[in-house]
Amino acid sequence: MNIPVAPAALARDAVIYNHEAKSLLRFIACGSVDHGKSSLLGRLLFDAGLVLDDQIDALRKDTGQLTDPVETLDFSLLFDGLAAEREQKITIDLAYRFFATESRKFIVADAPGHEQYTRNMATGASTADLALILVNAQAGLTQQTRRHALIAATLGVRHLVVAVNKMDLVDYSQAAFAAIEADFRKFAGRLGDVSITFIPVSARKGDNVVTRSPHMGWYRGPTLLDKLETVDVTPRAANQAFRMAVQWVSRPTPDFRGYCGMIAGGEVRPGMEILVQPSGQRTRIASIVTANGELARAGVGQSVTLTLTDDVDVSRGDLIAEASAPAHVSDRLNARIFWMGQGTLAPGGRYHIKLGTASAAASIAGPMQLIDLAEDAQVKSVDRLMSNEFGTCRLELDRPLAADGYNQNRETGSFILIDAETHDTVAMGLIEVPVNASAATRNANAVTGAPTSRDLYKLFGINANHARSLAKTLSWRVMGSVVTFLVALLVTGNTAIASSIVVAEIVIKIAFYYFHERLWLLAPWGRS
Amino acid sequence: MNDVSLTAASSTRSYLDQLEAESIHIMRETVAECDKVVMLYSIGKDSSVLLHLAMKAFYPGKPPFPLLHVDTTWKFREMIEFRDRRAKELGVDLMVHINQDGVARGIGPISHGSELHTDVMKTQGLRQALDLHGFDAAIGGARRDEDKSRAKERIFSFRNSHHRWDPKRQRPEPWRLFNAHKRKGESIRVFPLSNWTELDVWLYIHRENIPVVPLYFAKPRPVVKRGETLVMVDDDRLPLEPGEVPRIKNVRFRTLGCYPLTGAIESTATSVEDIIHETLDSRFSERRDRVIDQDGSSSMERKKQEGYF
Repeated sequence: MNIPVAPAALARDAVIYNHEAKSLLRFIACGSVDHGKSSLLGRLLFDAGLVLDDQIDALRKDTGQLTDPVETLDFSLLFDGLAAEREQKITIDLAYRFFATESRKFIVADAPGHEQYTRNMATGASTADLALILVNAQAGLTQQTRRHALIAATLGVRHLVVAVNKMDLVDYSQAAFAAIEADFRKFAGRLGDVSITFIPVSARKGDNVVTRSPHMGWYRGPTLLDKLETVDVTPRAANQAFRMAVQWVSRPTPDFRGYCGMIAGGEVRPGMEILVQPSGQRTRIASIVTANGELARAGVGQSVTLTLTDDVDVSRGDLIAEASAPAHVSDRLNARIFWMGQGTLAPGGRYHIKLGTASAAASIAGPMQLIDLAEDAQVKSVDRLMSNEFGTCRLELDRPLAADGYNQNRETGSFILIDAETHDTVAMGLIEVPVNASAATRNANAVTGAPTSRDLYKLFGINANHARSLAKTLSWRVMGSVVTFLVALLVTGNTAIASSIVVAEIVIKIAFYYFHERLWLLAPWGRS
Repeated sequence: MNDVSLTAASSTRSYLDQLEAESIHIMRETVAECDKVVMLYSIGKDSSVLLHLAMKAFYPGKPPFPLLHVDTTWKFREMIEFRDRRAKELGVDLMVHINQDGVARGIGPISHGSELHTDVMKTQGLRQALDLHGFDAAIGGARRDEDKSRAKERIFSFRNSHHRWDPKRQRPEPWRLFNAHKRKGESIRVFPLSNWTELDVWLYIHRENIPVVPLYFAKPRPVVKRGETLVMVDDDRLPLEPGEVPRIKNVRFRTLGCYPLTGAIESTATSVEDIIHETLDSRFSERRDRVIDQDGSSSMERKKQEGYF
């Protein structure tokens, strides 16, 4: 790609080094139909000198604009990849585009505007650091604009850039721009912790896209490209506790056992104390192995192989976490869900869940709520979610998994649901604070009202109170049997009959006491 | 290279570090979630990067899958030499498949045209090899920037039992969560280099010092001009037209395929550094030099639906 630099002033090797050391920004471009998103992206690439001559020739063929001046071409067609999309002149599927300037590489998720393609937008936003939201200066904010902003903020996109497009059609009016900005800020309180930048642009004429507009002297902020090149791209999870989901266990020789994965949070160093979750085994990092040699430390986004000081049982799906700040381990998750399936999502539904590298079976439990993106995220109680709707529910898993809240960590706080029959990916999940497992057991009645099949399972499940209950059962039984024998002997005067009564009673009551004790554990009444 | 890894722990890692880590993550997911994995090795620069990443992903072990080259019998001789040498040097398992049915029918790019040759020797050959060995996942070096239809393809891209791609039935891939659950008869193409561009590939080859086929570097080679395309006379199978005489020109290749279908460019770039500068200054994308991609704007999309990689 051709980058507008002055290489003559730089040594050839310095040019190459600078390119290798560039940073990376992933952003998502979204906007209502006809607000000019594809045109703006096309203009961005063209003005940055990144559209190649054979692409322009192909564009001329596609548009029939064989002799028009190059700057008047319909650049939106650079982006519509599938034949059906070019025919209908709309974007159906999420497309990824790439471009680079001398300081940064950009991965652009180009998301369709239609409501029925919300899942594509949510997918693109899930890895984005920045969302570029297009607003038509003539039409002003639409319901879709608000939807897009809400989805982006919900998925943890930190920077919003609102590009007010078609400024040429409103005579580059500062008042029109200010009105849209004020309108957007009125509802921006719902978006949480995001930075918002407003830029007046014209995709058709190129104003404030790469070059500063001569028509809008009143605007003092950055051009679109300036903003994209300078926005902070430090991953948020860099400052969180260390996390790595184990992808693959490497055993090339009998004396090497390494755990491969990509670091999802914080930083790791040899000697660091870690927990293997969900099992809770505690050990230390022995070394960080890579093909470039062992590392003294490694951080978020690096793919590494860790070795541990003790021979603990670790397999794919386990989470290696900093011992001083481990993840939550639970077989219940409260989550916000983007439902993308064809049918509905309702309590009782059963799916495969993939959380990090772990898989489990999940069933949907109530209560279920709809977060209405068309009405600025109003929450309503519902009994099901329809396709492309967003809501909250609880998931019950067939085994405990380690997870964080999505607000702490995008990687360890997210999951997908997979339909057991079609194998399609049917939902994206964002974990709220995970429900702590032992607390869930203690408070099961208080939370769900009545014991469920899950609670009955818990009665016999493995936890710390299990052995204690058994010991109490036995000691009480010994004392009780002695008393029963004496009473029976006094009444009947017959040792043989008294003994028979005791034997029968031991067998029956041991079983009953155990049930009785465990049932009491479900009742929070009378406990502090 | 070591300097890079030592500074890489800071949170502002370079974009090449991030692309590398993402590709390694994808390969590890593939072997963890699929039963029988193969890596498609086409000998070009993207395959060289892919192989290098596989060596890194499973270090200190070897990649736990074989390489498969679908040989159309019309590759440049230097490609075949390079292929065999690299497999030996790295100690990896290399399988070569040739569509014998196509050979028996005498299919070639000159006698039958680029489209039929590519379909029989490449597309059908690939399908045969995957079916023959029962591979359920094939890792390939395709990049999204190569073609508009590729820009919409997922990293885990499913093919039905006839190896067809259905662009309307693609699974969303949020975060880094790939769903590798297959329906009956389906297989997966996995593209770890999806987010790389041609420039990224060359910068990475430079940084990591990865060997590539010498055809990428300019040197005097015998070529004939056919239309706008410079075709190298690699062996005596290329019929010369009356009066046509191969001329020695200083040329190199931006992309490698079957030699009669791959155009050379005149160039003086003899090192990876030269190639990077040439790529930075180029006004043309690399696919322009491939004859098979020029059958209309949707040709790649159509070929992919038919089972082309």
